[in-house]
Amino acid sequence: MAGLHRTNGGGRVDRTKRLSFTFDGKAYEGFAGDKLASALLANGVHLVGRSYKYHRPRGILSAGAEEPNALVTVDRGRGRTAPNLRATQVELYDGLVAESQNRWPSLAYDFGAVNSLFSPLLAAGFYYKTFMGPRLLGSNWAWHKIYEPLIRRAAGLGKAPSLPDPDRYANRFAHCDVLVIGAGPAGLAAALAAAEAGARVILCDEQAELGGSLLSEWSVEIDGVPASSWVDEAVRTLAASSRVTLLPRTQAFGYFAQNFVALAERLTDHLGNPDPAAPRERLWQVRAKEVVLATGAIERPIVFPDNDRPGIMLADAARTYVNRYGVRPGLRAVVIAACDSGYAAALDLHRAGTAVAMVIDPRANGDSGLAGSVRAAGIEVQIGATVTATRGSQRVSAVQIGRAGTEGRASTGEWVPCDHVVMAGGWTPSVHLFSQSRGKLAWSDDAQAFLPSAIAPGQAQRSAGACRGVFGVAAALDDGFAAGRAAVGREPLGRTFKVTHDITDFRGIAGSHGAGARGSKAFVDFQHDVTVRDLKLAAQEGFRAIEHVKRYTTTGMATDQGKTSNINALAIVADHLGKPIPEVGLTTFRQPYTPVTFGTIAGASRGDLFDPVRRTPCDAWAQAQGAMFEDVGAWKRAHYFPQAGEDMHTAVARECRTVRSAVGMFDASTLGKIEVVGPDAAEFLERLYINSFQKLGVGRCRYGVLLNEAGFIIDDGVIGRIAADRFHVTTTTGGAARVLHMMEDYAQTEFPDLKVWLTSTTEQWAVIAVQGPRARDVLAPLVDGVDIGATDFPHMSVKAGRICGVDARIFRVSFTGELGFEINVPADFGADVWEAVWREVQKHGGCAYGTESMHVLRAEKGFIIVGQETDGTVTPDDVGLGWATGKGKRDFVGMRSLSRPDMVRSGRKQLVGLLTADPKRVLEEGSQVVEGLRPPAGTPALGHVTSAYWSEALGRSIALALVADGRTRIGTRLNVPMPDGDVAVDVVTPVFLDPKGERLNG
Amino acid sequence: MADQIARRRSVLDGWALPSRAGLASLTNAGTAARFVYRGAPELVGDAFGVSLPTVPLRAHAQSGRAALWLGPDEWLLLSAEADGSTLAVALSSALNGKPAALVDISHRQVGLIVSGSSVEALLNAGCSLDLDMTTFPVGMCTRTLLAKAEIVLWRTAGDTFRIEVARSFAPYIVALLDEAMHGIA
Repeated sequence: MAGLHRTNGGGRVDRTKRLSFTFDGKAYEGFAGDKLASALLANGVHLVGRSYKYHRPRGILSAGAEEPNALVTVDRGRGRTAPNLRATQVELYDGLVAESQNRWPSLAYDFGAVNSLFSPLLAAGFYYKTFMGPRLLGSNWAWHKIYEPLIRRAAGLGKAPSLPDPDRYANRFAHCDVLVIGAGPAGLAAALAAAEAGARVILCDEQAELGGSLLSEWSVEIDGVPASSWVDEAVRTLAASSRVTLLPRTQAFGYFAQNFVALAERLTDHLGNPDPAAPRERLWQVRAKEVVLATGAIERPIVFPDNDRPGIMLADAARTYVNRYGVRPGLRAVVIAACDSGYAAALDLHRAGTAVAMVIDPRANGDSGLAGSVRAAGIEVQIGATVTATRGSQRVSAVQIGRAGTEGRASTGEWVPCDHVVMAGGWTPSVHLFSQSRGKLAWSDDAQAFLPSAIAPGQAQRSAGACRGVFGVAAALDDGFAAGRAAVGREPLGRTFKVTHDITDFRGIAGSHGAGARGSKAFVDFQHDVTVRDLKLAAQEGFRAIEHVKRYTTTGMATDQGKTSNINALAIVADHLGKPIPEVGLTTFRQPYTPVTFGTIAGASRGDLFDPVRRTPCDAWAQAQGAMFEDVGAWKRAHYFPQAGEDMHTAVARECRTVRSAVGMFDASTLGKIEVVGPDAAEFLERLYINSFQKLGVGRCRYGVLLNEAGFIIDDGVIGRIAADRFHVTTTTGGAARVLHMMEDYAQTEFPDLKVWLTSTTEQWAVIAVQGPRARDVLAPLVDGVDIGATDFPHMSVKAGRICGVDARIFRVSFTGELGFEINVPADFGADVWEAVWREVQKHGGCAYGTESMHVLRAEKGFIIVGQETDGTVTPDDVGLGWATGKGKRDFVGMRSLSRPDMVRSGRKQLVGLLTADPKRVLEEGSQVVEGLRPPAGTPALGHVTSAYWSEALGRSIALALVADGRTRIGTRLNVPMPDGDVAVDVVTPVFLDPKGERLNG
Repeated sequence: MADQIARRRSVLDGWALPSRAGLASLTNAGTAARFVYRGAPELVGDAFGVSLPTVPLRAHAQSGRAALWLGPDEWLLLSAEADGSTLAVALSSALNGKPAALVDISHRQVGLIVSGSSVEALLNAGCSLDLDMTTFPVGMCTRTLLAKAEIVLWRTAGDTFRIEVARSFAPYIVALLDEAMHGIA
């Protein structure tokens, strides 16, 4: 038998399908269609958790997403441990393994329950009051070393899994005419109305079955059929439409600007044996023309002393367990009913065979339309009564009935034995998503609730049903249908649904019904163990705004975000302050509505797919050669090519030596390339770069420097003139996209008069740099149709020609100071051309070199790297590039800024070379340069080291640095203070090798 | 030098492209000749053989050639690889001396064909656009993002799209769509 506490029949569970599961190691059985909570209750298990702070025994309070107590960890094997799941939402499957949380050594005998004895120390604000001193050992020493670790261990929720998440998570962007959130009566009716009009509709609901509250109704009939059958028919109708997407098990958890709503769909957690390759969850990112919020309402607990014992449950939950799951939570119940749902629960429990000892209505003049039926069933109804105390250690065993008196105090009376207490405190509309969408809420005295008021600009939405205070099945259906019509721009049809046995009074009461006797606790926030006393204490201590009370007491700050507690807390504080509720305010509703896994947020963006990895056409060769790679933006670039036994230092030294003595080849494909074309191309570049381009001859190249409007260097690169109206512009690897966007921006907005167009060609070309005295010998046998001799093809020129039979652009340029070429071939030919060049390079004793050697070789020549020697505050003159500025230019981007007083003052940092007194000492990049030895703390730095390497060519270390008035300091000695002592450096010009540039002409 | 003739190697060479039976498949569109044309559309005249669409986000395709509108003065021109050099000559001579820009980008990007009954759901794993036939009909094309890579997306048939993606981003796109195939049904 899947539980002794099953009703004899009825409900939506499949009694022919038994499922076995374990909870805290003990085996139980349930039925298909059960939730973990309903299956536990069917087996008489009420004690399912320990509370956060006091470790009090806790049971199942609700039947939905709002559950504060019944948090469990579900273990599905390695890396698949999910903590803090609400047992009320966990669907049962065969073999489910669930564990309770926050208890040691066991749920029944929890050591942490001693916290209850110290509860006076754990009152509101205890974090702030108790744990801040002593300061003798430094600020908050005690907090960091003692209290926080202790509290974190003792007062935790579930434990996060420590292994990588092995599951897959999917993502789907979706658009629709109408997104309906919530598939209760209002949501189903809205979806039906919108679908009838032919709209594209998405209907999502957090539950496995669509139907919402209708699934928990026993006697209600809609249009002549039982509610349950009406739901089935409505779902069939919707499912039959190709324009409707039904998303059960899907929580709308975030509502963002312009009707952008995030949904989390659970795909496999309900399956016993899911396909391991199938995604576990899917994030839906929905852009909806219209949103219908049909998010319903959540029942409030009643705040009375010791209202947290297992067996004490919301009325709606009791009705759901009895009617939907066929489970009797108790044998003898006391119902505290401040609204109709309590009376309805009494009738449902009675019908299912639970003895209902009494219905207590705490409203002084409260009565219900259902009171007559309840009395007719032989159940005693007491008006104006309340519960003043409860008994029972791991399950409620009795409640004491009192008469509500003046000033909130109740006179105590008889004890009524029971194992089940049902509370109906009234209903709070679920305005979470409305509030997330930045809609304004307004307090309604009539509904005693905050209701949606003004919709935020840019959001096209409407609320329908209980979430806007329209309660009852009939009203919700009518309201939902009208909302669905309105969402597709149709007039309301005035359609009304015929509903029998409907209940309509959901208002209830809010606030406290007495803190009870000394030692008792009347809980408001069950998950964070916040009591009436805590809230009153906060108010007494001067907290007036609810946001402050929240932070001080932590009410509403747990994973349930106060779904069951916020309104009661607010009412208690307002009552204590003698203010109306709207004056105390309302706390902010934040995403997510319920916790969302990190996996769902990350989706595919992890591991290899975390970010695109860009590789060049020559990359496979480099990998095969055993190259080490470094990341440059999204690119993988060969860093160096170690041979057997070489570390980075020896490999780089060999590569540098080889380039200077013979030849090296280098993959420069990642360099940004932009084809600038049009009759005004030269004028355009003239206006952008500091250099002159009008007079640059076809076939010639120029080193271009690009500034921003502030006058600072942002990019550089060689620019070749391919034809009168065509330039081949190169940029830095990291600057490619930025420079293209800047050019496009200026072409469109600053210089619309120029006829010039820009096209990115970065990936059109594979670029192979061949550098070194034997470079020409390497290329000679491979090229045809082009003379690469020194006379015909001087330094800084470009020619079209053929190499290995394919059209190429060949540049004679050098970033090493050696004779050099850069061959551009269409990218798909890059691999073959690279191999051909490699065969020639080997014949000349050459090598392939990586980015590290490239950096060393250029530093020996004092060539800057944008982003290394520059940092966005450096002008051309600062790094010795003043010569590049075109003479007599009228204007270029940044020109005006270069004459600002700060740009021409003395004392600006200038690029210099540094030579350490100890030639073996390689400086650290970023280290500070100062004047004196052993500078005291606070000494201002003259500048910093921008590049530092071992130079194989010079047999010593070299460094580049930006130093205040650096050029006037050449010949002086400065100091680089390091943790192990001062490092003396001599200031020199930044060109260390071949200052006359003779090697270029090799 | 005869032994040194370079062959064209696609970045997709050697990749097993993913498919999900009955739902979606990814295939290599093969090598192609590609040009970016920027300037006034009428300057091209008949040189391309297919008129350049002036309706935004639309493609004209005919006899193995296609012109995709990417901006008010920007088109992506596609044709068979074998056709490339004659086309380059024809276009260049038609545009000779005219204020316009023609740039060969045949190797800059690769073409992928995504097809199948669930093709919209597959692409919507990474593409945030509304791909419903009513909003993204056959013949529509646009530059957009597929997850973290820029692509050109062109609907060539009800259940078929062509993706043009920069060479170095192609492996990412293939791997992403491979992953996304697990998430469609």
